Amino acid sequence: MTRQPFILRNPSVLVVLALLAAFTLAVTLMSTAYGSGALPTSTVKVLGKTLCLALAAVAMDLVWGYLGILSLGQMAFFALGGYMIGQWLMYARTEAIVAASLSGNPIPPTVQELREAVANQIFGVVGSADLPLVWTLAHSLTAQLVLVVAVPGLLALVFGWLAFRSRVNGVYLSILTQAMTLALALWLFQNDSGFRGNNGLSGLQNIPGLDGVGQARLSVWFLWASAAALALFYVLAAWVVGGKFGSVIRAIRDDETRVRFLGYPVEGFKLAVFTLAAMITAIAGALYYPQAGIINPAELMPIASIYLAVWVAIGGRGRLYGAMIGAIVVSLLSSWFTGGRAPDLNLPGYAVKWVDWWQVALGLSFVLVTLFAPKGIAGIFDRLAGILPPRRHGRDLGPDQGALQEQEAKA
Amino acid sequence: MTALLEVDGISVSFDGFRAINNLSFSIGAAELRAVIGPNGAGKTTFMDIVTGKTRPDSGDVKFGESSKSLLRMNEAQIARAGIGRKFQRPTVFEDQSVAANLTMALKASRGPFAVLFWKPSAASAARVAELAAEVGLAEHTHRKAGELSHGQKQWLEIGMLLASAPRLLLVDEPAAGMTLAEREQTTALLVRLAQTRAVVVVEHDMDFVRRLDCKVTVLHQGSVLAEGSLDHVTRNPDVIEVYLGR
Repeated sequence: MTRQPFILRNPSVLVVLALLAAFTLAVTLMSTAYGSGALPTSTVKVLGKTLCLALAAVAMDLVWGYLGILSLGQMAFFALGGYMIGQWLMYARTEAIVAASLSGNPIPPTVQELREAVANQIFGVVGSADLPLVWTLAHSLTAQLVLVVAVPGLLALVFGWLAFRSRVNGVYLSILTQAMTLALALWLFQNDSGFRGNNGLSGLQNIPGLDGVGQARLSVWFLWASAAALALFYVLAAWVVGGKFGSVIRAIRDDETRVRFLGYPVEGFKLAVFTLAAMITAIAGALYYPQAGIINPAELMPIASIYLAVWVAIGGRGRLYGAMIGAIVVSLLSSWFTGGRAPDLNLPGYAVKWVDWWQVALGLSFVLVTLFAPKGIAGIFDRLAGILPPRRHGRDLGPDQGALQEQEAKA
Repeated sequence: MTALLEVDGISVSFDGFRAINNLSFSIGAAELRAVIGPNGAGKTTFMDIVTGKTRPDSGDVKFGESSKSLLRMNEAQIARAGIGRKFQRPTVFEDQSVAANLTMALKASRGPFAVLFWKPSAASAARVAELAAEVGLAEHTHRKAGELSHGQKQWLEIGMLLASAPRLLLVDEPAAGMTLAEREQTTALLVRLAQTRAVVVVEHDMDFVRRLDCKVTVLHQGSVLAEGSLDHVTRNPDVIEVYLGR
């Protein structure tokens, strides 16, 4: 038996990649730096950030849609990725500024003096002048890039090992993941945790060493990087869920006990997917926060992860493109409706201001999707592709429920 | 003949209720055995203990030539050691195709990374086709398992058990919900399987047990009440009193 190439077995991957390439090209040609200037730099940044959120949604779909774990702590990994890259961005930039200001001194500063001046600059705001232990590697871009995947990956591995080993499932596991992100957020809010408390890390949009480039070009570069990461990890995710591995994790989602009796180490599979998703989410976060410019512990609050779950649900879980569409559509709509630019809806006697009512509308659409279209937006594509649930009507032919029914049986 | 599975004096209680009480049981490497008993006799708990779902309070369960204790192994390890289980209700993965269900059950390395890099080969595809044909689902390999009829799901599950080629097969009420013709097919299959491996059938239905024509173990209140041929145990006054007399 010859096996079709990966792309032919997954035509949706090709469509997604083509659309993503077309989108990136279009935005580039409309940017102020490389094209007509129809899109202001701030819009390019919003679009770049949206691609990062779409990547986080793809990872969420792996964990929720395929493995069946409703993780309400995914954004903890996203923010951790942002914090890890933010440490280097902030340290390296402060170091450059401090070095420039000290270079006028008659005696050049020693390495020790420079370090102390940098620490003073960064941590003066939380009343400290020492560089915390967690900033030991902050001067090294390579080290912080490794930490972007290593720290969230390790957290997911340890958390997952403890939770899965004791067979915590369903809603209890969801609550546990939520507690994890809340605990992490509360810890980061403290001034002495070493991450500048509720000030967070700021000025991340300025990339050290690229001062002459300017935000207009940087924003397009980050859009490219975000699109490339989304493309790469979309293909990886499609490959992971496409083969026997995908078969096994969907089986775990549907009937975990049965998979155990087939001899599969269920905990190992859960741990592998959970950790992989955490690392992908962290990379998305590391690309997101330099575009956002600032990160603070509020980003880890459970509500952020719940939004992620809502996007995936509306987009359609169990379909990678569904999660992507959900994140893009809902997050862009959210920022439009809450940005104050959406026109009011004038009902007789009451004007609906979207800034106030958007949350209600989003919540309502989440409930409606869950009740009436459990497959979300992706369900439309399923319908177009002719993938339908079996239509069951007529009387059962056999004695048992689930037996073929009159209209289904061949004549 | 050395025993493949040796259950030695196990007891287990749930909230003070003794589900299994000092039960001992053994089965050879190629043997068919029927386990009967009234409701609450401990039949399902016995299977739960052998497959690692329930831990006994005392006693030991040994398996294989090296008499390895199963008590320190989890369900997946026990399954990999060669014990397969067929549940009473057909449990197949309804959202996946018949072929995917069978492929998952094929004998292969079960670790996450081995599975991630697993590729279907000509041999695996042929084996899936062969298994599907054997259980009468050759034309349905691309259909979702959830669309199959009850009987077909039972057969698919049997196909999945064949695919993993266990050395000991535990079957829970295989005849439930089957038509007469299907029962005959099932009987023939179980008898054939027992030529190369140990098969334990838990069953309510005496007609079905008679058809199997094998050694019978009668459980009552968590321990063995009688053992022997069906005719032998049905003549046992204790058995008549607790089970057949009703």
